[in-house]
Amino acid sequence: MDLCRLTIHEAHELLTRREITSIELTSAVFDRIVEVEDRTGAYIMLVKDRAMAEAAAADEMIRQGKGGPLTGVPLAIKDILCTEGIRTTCGSKILENFIPPYSSTVVNKLKRAHAVIVGKTNMDEFAMGSSTEHSALKVTRNPWDLTRIPGGSSGGSAVAVAADECIGAIGSDTGGSIRQPASHCGVVGLKPTYGRVSRFGLVAFASSLDQIGPIAKDVADCAILMNEICGYDPNDSTSVPREVQDYTRALQAGLNGLMVGIPTEYFAGGVDEDVTQAVNAAINVIEGLGATCKSVSLPHTQYAVAVYYLIAPAEASSNLARYDGVRYGFRDKEAEELIQMYRDTRSKGFGSEVQRRIIIGTYALSAGYYDAYYGKASQVRTLIMQDFKQAFETCDVLLAPVAPTPAFRLGEKLDDPLAMYLSDIFTLPASLAGIAGISVPCGFSKDGLPIGLQILSKHFDEEKLIRVAYNFEQATVFHTERPKL
Amino acid sequence: MKITKKEVVHVARLARLNLDEEAIELYTKQLGDILTYMDTLNRVDTEDVPPTSHAIFINNAFRKDKVKASVPVGRALANAPRSEDGSFVVPKVIG
Repeated sequence: MDLCRLTIHEAHELLTRREITSIELTSAVFDRIVEVEDRTGAYIMLVKDRAMAEAAAADEMIRQGKGGPLTGVPLAIKDILCTEGIRTTCGSKILENFIPPYSSTVVNKLKRAHAVIVGKTNMDEFAMGSSTEHSALKVTRNPWDLTRIPGGSSGGSAVAVAADECIGAIGSDTGGSIRQPASHCGVVGLKPTYGRVSRFGLVAFASSLDQIGPIAKDVADCAILMNEICGYDPNDSTSVPREVQDYTRALQAGLNGLMVGIPTEYFAGGVDEDVTQAVNAAINVIEGLGATCKSVSLPHTQYAVAVYYLIAPAEASSNLARYDGVRYGFRDKEAEELIQMYRDTRSKGFGSEVQRRIIIGTYALSAGYYDAYYGKASQVRTLIMQDFKQAFETCDVLLAPVAPTPAFRLGEKLDDPLAMYLSDIFTLPASLAGIAGISVPCGFSKDGLPIGLQILSKHFDEEKLIRVAYNFEQATVFHTERPKL
Repeated sequence: MKITKKEVVHVARLARLNLDEEAIELYTKQLGDILTYMDTLNRVDTEDVPPTSHAIFINNAFRKDKVKASVPVGRALANAPRSEDGSFVVPKVIG
């Protein structure tokens, strides 16, 4: 048996029955990494010694009959989450040697659950990108076709899961950065409702949009990870004090009586034929499982790209002002004067996409342009939210594609930022509205590239996402397919 | 032109970024394209529509004003590019 291929729930069962140890499981994962990592490039850094020590401690707990669903399970963490004593780069040269003095709340929760941390995964610099190509540190390739992008910005986490270089992973989603790479890599990714998971210790990109979530081999694993990472945190005043349900209970309910909305704007053209076909077939499967489907309209969908690419850069330009070379991170040491030091540090430390977004954001917030750009975008954001609110008055969930095409080729959109931004059209609206979304494998293109189905729910209704995704997954075989590496 | 080279230079200065001539040229063109696309928003009637800056409704998140332990000075300085005597060192500010 190839242990690295296990899901979290399978691994947990074998660990609890003492048929395998966490040491064996963790070793199998590192063996797999040695085998494929030079082709996939999922990780920025591995922490093998720590991981083996954590595995040994987990084994001891299990021997004593203690521990939970994640005890001894090797996980990959997107390199945007602070890990005490472990380098956290955010895919940027400016943080290349940054060793956080504390861990993010999510990492602390995973540690308390005695999960094993394998390493930190690659990402677009400061999570700004849809292909992981904007990482300043390395290239990550799609395991289904090494000439293609893995999606982004959580590309490394999605690849680590798809290529069995971990058992499960954590990513973050600002405009689709969990759902889109999960879709492109044929794995499951869930973006929780804004405020459901603490952002404490998550390197900030766009604070009104950023949210942490799981990337996993199947829906049950997503539910297990959600149980561990959700909840209010006094260290994050935007996390919501609301009880966390046991999401694994959503795995038991069927779809009878469920009302499913199909937003016409997500099928209006410009969508790849294979994607349309796979998503339509998925809708039929879900209808066959007892749900009722009906058309709905989200008329402001077409404005989501413009709204997002003003609001997110505006927030980023403010958040990234902290990288000044004074307290942490890279400093250009040649400058003799303070302002020059700031400018040289930031110009040499940030990559071109980050600088581009800082300039857009600064412009959108600057005197004379604030109302026309940031102000206008914030108003249209309200209309996008109202569209969803209205749809969820009669629908439990909405079904849509995750991305207009399967994974594009490395380099294909690198010189055309607007083309790259437009590829986010189907994930941005949910981010702007703060609602929850999941991507679950629903087919393959003619070229054998994975395609994801996006399921959206209203705020704090992740239970329904998991319920629909699980019923669909169990009725289909796509999640059992693995890339041939 | 949606945005001029002069405006790009001005914004870069506000954002504390150096741009060389080539970058100014490139960003002026790319930002022009991007901002032209943003103009699609002008088709939307937003009269009387309130802006949204936060998707979830939360009232002020108050907490007790209690003294808690903080990161010790040594650890807070551990990542500093330059530090001395418990302080961050920066280049001269006043000549």
